[in-house]
Amino acid sequence: MAHMPSKFCLGLAVAILAATVPFSMVSAAETTIAVAANFTSAAKRLGAAFEATTGHRVVFSFGSTGQLFTQIGHGAPFDAFLAADVARPARAVTDGLGVPGTRFTYAVGILALWSADPDLIDETPSVLSDPSLRHVAIANPAIAPYGAAAIETMTRLGVLDSVKARLVEGKSISQTYQFVATGNAPVGFVAASQVQNSNQGSQWRVPEDMHQPLRQDAVLLLRGRNNEAARAFLEFLKSPEAVTMMTELGYQQPGDTPRRK
Amino acid sequence: MFDAAMIQTILLTLQLAIVTTIVLLLVGIPLAWWLARSKARGKEAVAVLVSLPIVLPPTVLGFYLLIAMGPDSPLTALIGRSLPFTFEGLVVGSTLYSLPFVVNPIRNGFEAMSRRHWEAAATLRARPLDAFFSIALPMAMPGILTGAILGFAHTMGEFGVVLMIGGSIPGETKVLSIAIFEFVETLEWGKAHVLAGAMLLLSFAVIFAMRAVETRFKSNQP
Repeated sequence: MAHMPSKFCLGLAVAILAATVPFSMVSAAETTIAVAANFTSAAKRLGAAFEATTGHRVVFSFGSTGQLFTQIGHGAPFDAFLAADVARPARAVTDGLGVPGTRFTYAVGILALWSADPDLIDETPSVLSDPSLRHVAIANPAIAPYGAAAIETMTRLGVLDSVKARLVEGKSISQTYQFVATGNAPVGFVAASQVQNSNQGSQWRVPEDMHQPLRQDAVLLLRGRNNEAARAFLEFLKSPEAVTMMTELGYQQPGDTPRRK
Repeated sequence: MFDAAMIQTILLTLQLAIVTTIVLLLVGIPLAWWLARSKARGKEAVAVLVSLPIVLPPTVLGFYLLIAMGPDSPLTALIGRSLPFTFEGLVVGSTLYSLPFVVNPIRNGFEAMSRRHWEAAATLRARPLDAFFSIALPMAMPGILTGAILGFAHTMGEFGVVLMIGGSIPGETKVLSIAIFEFVETLEWGKAHVLAGAMLLLSFAVIFAMRAVETRFKSNQP
């Protein structure tokens, strides 16, 4: 009987250790990460590879960058934030939601003018000058960086004024893709990652000197600062394996040499 | 407080809700009558079809509409123009989406009408169409008003279907819910509040007015 208290203490210590170890040490942890919609399919593939190599579990919540940012500001249970721009992760840090010093560019997006019609686009933007073109779909430029880049590109090409009345806006780049894929808009500016591995339709890859770079930043959120899996996933994004996968999926890295002049 | 673009958005939303409510009543009343009276075999299947938008997420309905109204669809060939990204397209989408909220109360109204009324009319040699307008329609009026209120309110707040087939074109398809969504997304919460407040007041006023009419109607009923 005299041993009971120490046994009890030992048991308690083991219980506390068992409860804290998964969060602080090497064994598998779980994390929830907010991911910008344009990175959906890439994140899923990267997540599978990450889980296979580390044993951690990662759960993604997809949405538009603005929507996710608003949710994070209101206590959404996310450990890290993979945005579609640089502004929102930066603001997360200044608003005290993100961990300072953890922000980095995980991918640079590529813009593509795409049509579901295999003969419409001839690897140049000339189709935009066609007055009989019914609609041009873009992502909402106020919300989506790809939309803003599309506007910039058309301004550079000098076609914005003539196309303006025929623009239709999707709320996100995925909705813009839908408009074009269903043929309701004959052409549209989408993310190259959406049409990278599809043999359907025709496209013109927008040279990157036509618009501001589509840098996508990630940041560790305060809620995830002690989450091993969240930190590990952000590190994983910088690994050669992840970079190769992202390149295959239609993204570049900040240090990459331009594809074209 | 309201800039020109906001006023345009508010007017467009009201216009959409009014036109859609009118279309809903024109389509909904005969449909409800048929559902209440017909002995056709496939009747309940049609009733289920009409009610589907209650269950279906609006984005799913919107996606189907986007395909159904696409440039190569039979519907587009039939009417000779493509409906997505147009006001008319929104009317079609909103009508389908709100149909159950209009048809079901009206159908209930018609069904509550006892057979005796109808037979009495027949005894008095009223022709069916005459009986419909002088007996059935007035007796179903509370249901029709309820349907109209629900249809109007539902269209005012419609988001998913409009999002999917609208394309956010100012003055054509950019309605209040879309504008509010965009302001929230771009962190312009001040403007979002202004529009959301306007929408709240507008909806309250309209539904309140229609309820008042409805109450008066009920108290006038024998």
